[in-house]
Amino acid sequence: MSKVLVPGEIAPAAVLPAPETPWQRFRREFFANKLAVIGLVLLVLAVGVALFAPWLSPQNPYDLGKLDIFDSKLPPGSKSADGSMTYWLGTDGQARDLLSAIFYGLRTSLVVGGTSVTAALVIGSVVGLAAAYFGGWIDAVLMRTVDIQLSFPSILVALILLAVLGKGVDKVIIALVIAQWAYFARAARGAALVEREKEYVEAAQCMALGWPRVLLRHMLPNCLPPLIVIATINLAHAIALESTLSFLGVGVPVTQPSLGMLIANGFEFMLSGRYWISFFPGIALAIAVVGINLVGDHLRDILNPHNAQ
Amino acid sequence: MAAYIIRRLLQALLVMAVMSGLVFLGLYVIGDPVSMMASPEATDLERDAIRASFGLDKPLLQQYGIFLAHAVHLDFGKSFLTGQPAMGLILERMPATMELATVAMLLSVIIGVPLGIWAGLKPQALSTRGIMTGSVLGFSLPNFWVGLMLIMIFAVQLGWLPAGGRGATVQVGPIALSVFTLDGWSRLALPATTIALAKGALIIRVTRAATREALPMDYIKFARAKGLAWSRILWVHLLKNILIPIVTVSGLEFGQVVAFAVVTESIFAWPGMGKLLLDSIITLDRPVVVAYLILIVFFLVMLNLAVDILYSVLDPRVRLESTKA
Repeated sequence: MSKVLVPGEIAPAAVLPAPETPWQRFRREFFANKLAVIGLVLLVLAVGVALFAPWLSPQNPYDLGKLDIFDSKLPPGSKSADGSMTYWLGTDGQARDLLSAIFYGLRTSLVVGGTSVTAALVIGSVVGLAAAYFGGWIDAVLMRTVDIQLSFPSILVALILLAVLGKGVDKVIIALVIAQWAYFARAARGAALVEREKEYVEAAQCMALGWPRVLLRHMLPNCLPPLIVIATINLAHAIALESTLSFLGVGVPVTQPSLGMLIANGFEFMLSGRYWISFFPGIALAIAVVGINLVGDHLRDILNPHNAQ
Repeated sequence: MAAYIIRRLLQALLVMAVMSGLVFLGLYVIGDPVSMMASPEATDLERDAIRASFGLDKPLLQQYGIFLAHAVHLDFGKSFLTGQPAMGLILERMPATMELATVAMLLSVIIGVPLGIWAGLKPQALSTRGIMTGSVLGFSLPNFWVGLMLIMIFAVQLGWLPAGGRGATVQVGPIALSVFTLDGWSRLALPATTIALAKGALIIRVTRAATREALPMDYIKFARAKGLAWSRILWVHLLKNILIPIVTVSGLEFGQVVAFAVVTESIFAWPGMGKLLLDSIITLDRPVVVAYLILIVFFLVMLNLAVDILYSVLDPRVRLESTKA
């Protein structure tokens, strides 16, 4: 029973498949790469564990009253002294269940990494966009600052800053933001210099829109892809950097041990063969960082305009 | 060329002055070094005497002024802790750090370049996938943790190598080097491998990318059309052209390795300047921290300059004047 078309009526649109939206294309390309999917799974796993740490952990590692000193430095799989629980990954020098300590440590590590990268992304993007948009001496001053900072290794920048600022989660975040904003500023400026020449920016300027609006509403969304790539890679970097600083003893305070600090705590016991106190927190750290890097690696491939089909 | 070098040096001086000022002020805020220096039983009078002997009783800006005036004569003050000249303390330990960094970088290049070329030549091979996955692990795994694991395996479990310290040294002029003794190598092996695993991974990726970029070029096709041996194309035509990114990255990474020595040296108890910096930060030994920063800024600027100049030597098309300082 075929429908007769009345003259002037439009043929049903179902003949052509709907064009792929950019988001669909992005999803298709992302899931085409097995390694990237593995990375995403690892990342989701790490974030999930960090989010639900209080419910997943067999023990609250911060509750010193619950710790039994007779249980300290037990190897993986040991039963606790009162027989109430099994330490699947062993215990550390303070008799903390290592599995619980790792869950909570992952939380500290991811929060510090995530917060600092987000802040660095915002600050760096604004600086980079402003430098590209205004040009002239503003650009020269800002970019010279960026150049000088980038010639200085981030571990030293963070180390010196923490020497000055002192210990604390907030101090570590500040140090990481200062150590990383320049990467975003340079990437944002590079992308914005290209966008600035495009017609839609000219059109926006012709409509006499204010510069904050042109910058943030028109140019920023078009500069995002490279910034997202840098953000993923820098997230991995920030987590590794934080753990390194905590390992050196200038990072997070003892009351909120991150993975780096757990590894540092195990260092003194390692020479006597108690490997697990340093080993397992390192594995957790590696899972998070490798996951992020695999995702970031592939994001760089698909978001790079040179590679777009 | 000369103008370019002078401009870079002036920039370095500016950065050194700014950094030293910031750290000077910053470290002043966070603690009183006298409490570290004086014995717990010292009377207030004795404390004041110590304070005066280091010039710490003067206003901060005046202290910084005095520091700058002395710094111009290459005198960077005395360590609060030992009373020895701060810069001397650092220079004394510099050879150990440089030795470790050089050995580690050479090792990275020796591992990284052949594997990278292989991965670039055979992008689909199973071995290439192995190499690339390994390289992702190499720079993803937290380096200090890799070092700990190497100690655990080779020093604790197997007992093949010592866990830390620097081996017997041989005096070469004013510099003590441990690369000439077997003991020295046995202690260099673990820290150098730790660094080389991370940096080698990076060099693999750079080499692979450069190789893949160079392969479709006309000069490679022409060399093959001429019937040249594959080995000659590889080692002469290809290698010459991919050398530029490799040299650049290795040079810049050398600076990173020296800076990262703070971490490697604390793990392996390597008596270099990184360990000294960390100890000085913890004990608030301000003159040593400031002197270290001045030295490292100078070193990094010189390194960047050397890489830039090398770049223009390797690739005659590059003109230094046109690049931004």
